[in-house]
Amino acid sequence: MLLTISTTHQPTTDLGFLLHKHPDKLQSIELSMGKVQIFYPEASKAKTTVALVLDIDPIALVRGNRNLAGKSFALGQYVNDRPYVASSFMSVAIAKAFSTAMNGHCKKRPDLVSLALPLEVNISVLPAPKGGEILIRKLFEPLGYEVNLERHVLDEEFPAWGESRYFTVSLKNTIPLHLLLSHLYVLIPALDNDKHYYVSQNEIDKLLAKGKSWLPNHPEKEQIISRYLIHLSAFTKQALMRLNEDETKEEVEEPVAATSKKGTLHQQRLALVVEQLKATGAKSVLDLGCGEGKLIRRLLKHKQFEKIVGMDVAYSELLKCKERLHWEEMAPRQKARIELLQGALTYQDKRLSGFDAAALVEVIEHLDENRLPAFERVIFEFAQPKTIILTTPNAEYNVRFEQLKANTMRHRDHRFEWTRKGFETWATNLAKKYNYTVSFLPIGEFDAEVGAPSQMAIFNYGN
Amino acid sequence: MEIKVPALSLVILVGPSGSGKSTFAKRHFGKHEVVSSDICRGIVSNDENNLKATNDAFDLLHFILRKRLKSGLLTVVDATNVQKESRQKMIQLAREFHVLPVVIILDLPQRTCEDRNEIRADRNFGNHVIRQQKQQLRRSLKGLKREGFRKIYILKSEAEVNAVTGITREKLYSDKKELTGPFDIIGDIHGCYDETVLLLEQLGYVLHQVEDDGNNFGLAVTHPENRQVIFLGDLVDRGPNAPAVLRLVMSMVRAGVALCVPGNHDIKLQKKLSGKSVQLKHGLAETMEQLVNESTEFLAAVRDFLYSLISHYVLDGGKLVVAHAGILEEMQGRGSGAVRAFCLYGETTGETDEYGFHVRYNWASEYRGKAKVVYGHTTVPQPEWLNRTIDIDTGCVFGGALTALQYPSETLVSVPAKKVYYEPTKPLLPIAAPSLSSQQLNDDLLNIEEVLGKRIIQTRLRNNITIKEENSIAALEVMSRFAINPKWLLYLPPTMSPCATSVLPNYLEHPAQAINYYKKRGIQKVICEEKHMGSRVVLVICKSEAVVLNRFGISNEGIGVCYTRTGRNFFTDKALEKAFLARVQLALSNAGFWEKHQTDWVCLDAELMPWSAKAQALLKEQYAAVGSSAKHALKAVDEVLTLVHQRGIKGVDQLLGQFRHKKEATKKFITAYRQYCWEVNDLDDYKLAPFHILATEGKVHTDKTHEWHLEEIKTICLADEKLLHATPYKIVDTQVENSIEAATTWWTSLTEKGGEGMVVKPYDFIAQGKDGLLQPAVKCRGSEYLRIIYGPAYDLPENMERLKNRGLSRKRSLALREFALSVEALERFVRKEPLRRVHESVFGILALECEAVDPRL
Repeated sequence: MLLTISTTHQPTTDLGFLLHKHPDKLQSIELSMGKVQIFYPEASKAKTTVALVLDIDPIALVRGNRNLAGKSFALGQYVNDRPYVASSFMSVAIAKAFSTAMNGHCKKRPDLVSLALPLEVNISVLPAPKGGEILIRKLFEPLGYEVNLERHVLDEEFPAWGESRYFTVSLKNTIPLHLLLSHLYVLIPALDNDKHYYVSQNEIDKLLAKGKSWLPNHPEKEQIISRYLIHLSAFTKQALMRLNEDETKEEVEEPVAATSKKGTLHQQRLALVVEQLKATGAKSVLDLGCGEGKLIRRLLKHKQFEKIVGMDVAYSELLKCKERLHWEEMAPRQKARIELLQGALTYQDKRLSGFDAAALVEVIEHLDENRLPAFERVIFEFAQPKTIILTTPNAEYNVRFEQLKANTMRHRDHRFEWTRKGFETWATNLAKKYNYTVSFLPIGEFDAEVGAPSQMAIFNYGN
Repeated sequence: MEIKVPALSLVILVGPSGSGKSTFAKRHFGKHEVVSSDICRGIVSNDENNLKATNDAFDLLHFILRKRLKSGLLTVVDATNVQKESRQKMIQLAREFHVLPVVIILDLPQRTCEDRNEIRADRNFGNHVIRQQKQQLRRSLKGLKREGFRKIYILKSEAEVNAVTGITREKLYSDKKELTGPFDIIGDIHGCYDETVLLLEQLGYVLHQVEDDGNNFGLAVTHPENRQVIFLGDLVDRGPNAPAVLRLVMSMVRAGVALCVPGNHDIKLQKKLSGKSVQLKHGLAETMEQLVNESTEFLAAVRDFLYSLISHYVLDGGKLVVAHAGILEEMQGRGSGAVRAFCLYGETTGETDEYGFHVRYNWASEYRGKAKVVYGHTTVPQPEWLNRTIDIDTGCVFGGALTALQYPSETLVSVPAKKVYYEPTKPLLPIAAPSLSSQQLNDDLLNIEEVLGKRIIQTRLRNNITIKEENSIAALEVMSRFAINPKWLLYLPPTMSPCATSVLPNYLEHPAQAINYYKKRGIQKVICEEKHMGSRVVLVICKSEAVVLNRFGISNEGIGVCYTRTGRNFFTDKALEKAFLARVQLALSNAGFWEKHQTDWVCLDAELMPWSAKAQALLKEQYAAVGSSAKHALKAVDEVLTLVHQRGIKGVDQLLGQFRHKKEATKKFITAYRQYCWEVNDLDDYKLAPFHILATEGKVHTDKTHEWHLEEIKTICLADEKLLHATPYKIVDTQVENSIEAATTWWTSLTEKGGEGMVVKPYDFIAQGKDGLLQPAVKCRGSEYLRIIYGPAYDLPENMERLKNRGLSRKRSLALREFALSVEALERFVRKEPLRRVHESVFGILALECEAVDPRL
């Protein structure tokens, strides 16, 4: 909401020339979502301070139908922190209010442009995500800033709620003003991580233009770019590549999580599922809980699978799946092999009858345990595929995940995670009840003490 | 001349080109009833005479036939149809939909056809075509009956065609919709005469000995209230006295006191009596022995009587169907060999069981029809409703009982068998201690077909409610990923609209508009209830786990449940939930609720406080975050503005004023949300405020006033004042200014203390206005509370002015639809309808909640 820039550079009046703003006037600029007020709370011989107050109109924000914070919360549009924080709106305000200075123009005093000045910036308030203080320091300190922070609590009446993500920040540096402005322009939204406008191709150009002179050497450049572009990986990659083309002409490796030679755990899991499905000779396969279709894409590569039906309860996942499959451009014969359905595993569904095999990869742990009997009947009694391949995490292995807190589950939506014994007992009883035989396989690197990270049951109908 | 066709039939016109089929069809049938192959040709090819398009045209024609026959509409096919093959396909369709096929042949002289074609510019084929068609027609004539036509009419000249004065549509024999009862429907008798007489007497019938008039066998049966008996067939075989049963039934049917549908045993006897070779098995031998001394006259009468019986009857405006072995929905009121076979034998899987009996497929488990079906044929230990069907054959002849179902009261009356007349090959199932009813077993799984796609739900309060496909899609995800066991979900709370926007400058909402909504619509008495700011919850609580199993068909899930407005568990902590439900159950017991309401379960609508208990994440991420960021940012802005103000810069005064106002608003905003937050360490820190006693066994309490609800709840609250909170209320006479004023003052004092506001409801739970159902409730929220909805500084004059421009019609329409569905769900549950019927309504509410409306309303 508030940004102030002070200097003790002599004469202090130089700041006014550089910013192109008269120290004794209150200036007001209209923006699409509110107003910017610019004035000088201090203009003495010793020190001059310019203040930029961003006065966002919350109602105009909503009327503009912009996609704002708190999508998951219906009132997020109306009750949100946007008017009070320094966010991408602040970047827009800076660019608009101080455009001449930012672009390094100063008609009356061109000599001032590249002069390093002692500057102090105060921001009230700056939101910082998870990384908090460390992240703010990581972004500004490499650029030579002395960073002072004050973190605010959420509500002093409810100390149990803890600290907020808001900081009052002071930054000191001796650099040319235009550089300071371009730092703020890029780093404020990178910290906020919640853009008020669509991230488009255009954004990459803006980022590169403003960061041209300093971003390539910033140790956190990848993080800055990805945060600035709100983690849109395609754009991030493109921006990184373009940045590197401009500077070093070197290929940069895509950052991926550490994996073994066989690929990530999920890749190993899918490979095993495909291998087992192939071994059964199944021609028609159900992928229940197909999500974005990783397994479907693997199955498609094998001619053996003539009919592949993917089902998911989330329609949005199915749309994503179609997109990943390039559904619209797919050759008709390929397309004819695939069918995608919306459905839920707790409802009897005749569309699921008559298949050779069904895969349930990391699905059951997303069902409440008391809904399992319904699931069991739907799949084992009614759909009754000849083979059922089912995988689920091995809870015993969780102690091997360093980031995982004790007694927590791997995913927020997991309703349970079973030990090997728990899973095997369940599966054996289930098989007996519905006339299946069952065998088990570990998935991933086997650990002598706690087993493999994930586990698989293979059910075959009849004896 | 008059042509008669069954009211539901497929009429196939046959005749060469130019024989006048189209003219004939046009004259005697409705515009939409005639499906013409020429028109179909035109639709698929732009040319009615394009022979190349014939295959496509007939595909279309058959498609149209399917759709029409499925809907039970008489349909006429206008095509030459001179070849057997072309007719065959249509007869198949008629059979598939159990519609009777009728043929009308226009066998006009070749000359007439040729002349007619000559004057038609678009027909340029040669006369040889007509000659050929005539030949084909001639070849067809003999075999028409064998092809399967029920009625055949042949018109040989123009004069004969013109002599047809009209086409009479004959009602199907099975159509007895005009009979409304009351009925006593009696299951399989199998020669058990004594039990039949006892049962009739128990039902209030009087049997008189009268003079034999040749029809009545000297018997007259009457009922003082003119009730009518329906015999479900299987009158004979296995039992002791088939002749007496036949006399009784024939006498009653002839006198119009009874209806009778045939059973498989009756038809077998009829065949035997008609001289056909039939195996004397399954008791037929005994029957023939019993008949050995009967006169040939009597035997002929029996034969004709049995032959005349109609496979099933559709009664009471289509609400009731009777058939011996049951009947599928698509067969009701229709005629075909398949219909008759189903009515006699039911559906079998083709397998036989260990006793050599056909394995019967339980068609009733998939029955989704609207009509109730009463049937027999398969012996059951105890009649039970399943998907609106009931089998009342309780195996009298096997030593069970003879049972009657009274309609419409649905009371079961039975007389035990005097003895075992016939040893069952298969043991009669003992009546086990009831655990789950057939309906509950059948309800164990819901079917995806019943929730996916666009749905239309019938409700008592508001007729049909349409659920859009896109909303079902979203609701399916929410329901199956997050909601509790659907067997618990007998209700979801409908959304509630706010009152119209206030005309007072400083208020967005004010009691005047809320009360006026009802006043304007002619409601004199309304009730204002304090609105609590917590989380909306629905509680289902049973007296014991046995009740949960018995009434809800759920085991091992405790004595009840507390769920949110989207059907999720309110508590994530199982132990806490258990303790909470036990506390409420204890309060209900101590308040004598179970005895007073003669129930062992209850469904309550309530608000559970504090808000912070469930909305912790929301408070931290949204409310406290906004409060904290606003507070610190505005403090800093205030400082710089004060400095620049001191410098005397022009125009700063106004700016300073504006930002100070925002600072104040932020303070008030923080105060507002803090009102609804407190720490929860144990159960006593919760406050539960129930406001509706939605349903108890056999009752949906929407017929009571809201005052009744709140007063009844008050007595429960007294039993646990630490946890339970009675809702304060005021009753307002909308015609008395003072009364409205008092409510306004009350609202002002509530909201000034930080209360959320109040809900205004009509005094009666369900209120109708001139234009139908009224809003069941309208909320009127306090000015301070609204900050947490519209944002901290919503009350700045420039904001207020814009916010007042809000439309309520969408929200109100949604509220009405959801209300109708919520009452429907409760009523269906209380009527013990199948789970899918309850689930459909509840799912509908969830789907409607996916519609986009302004969340601030």
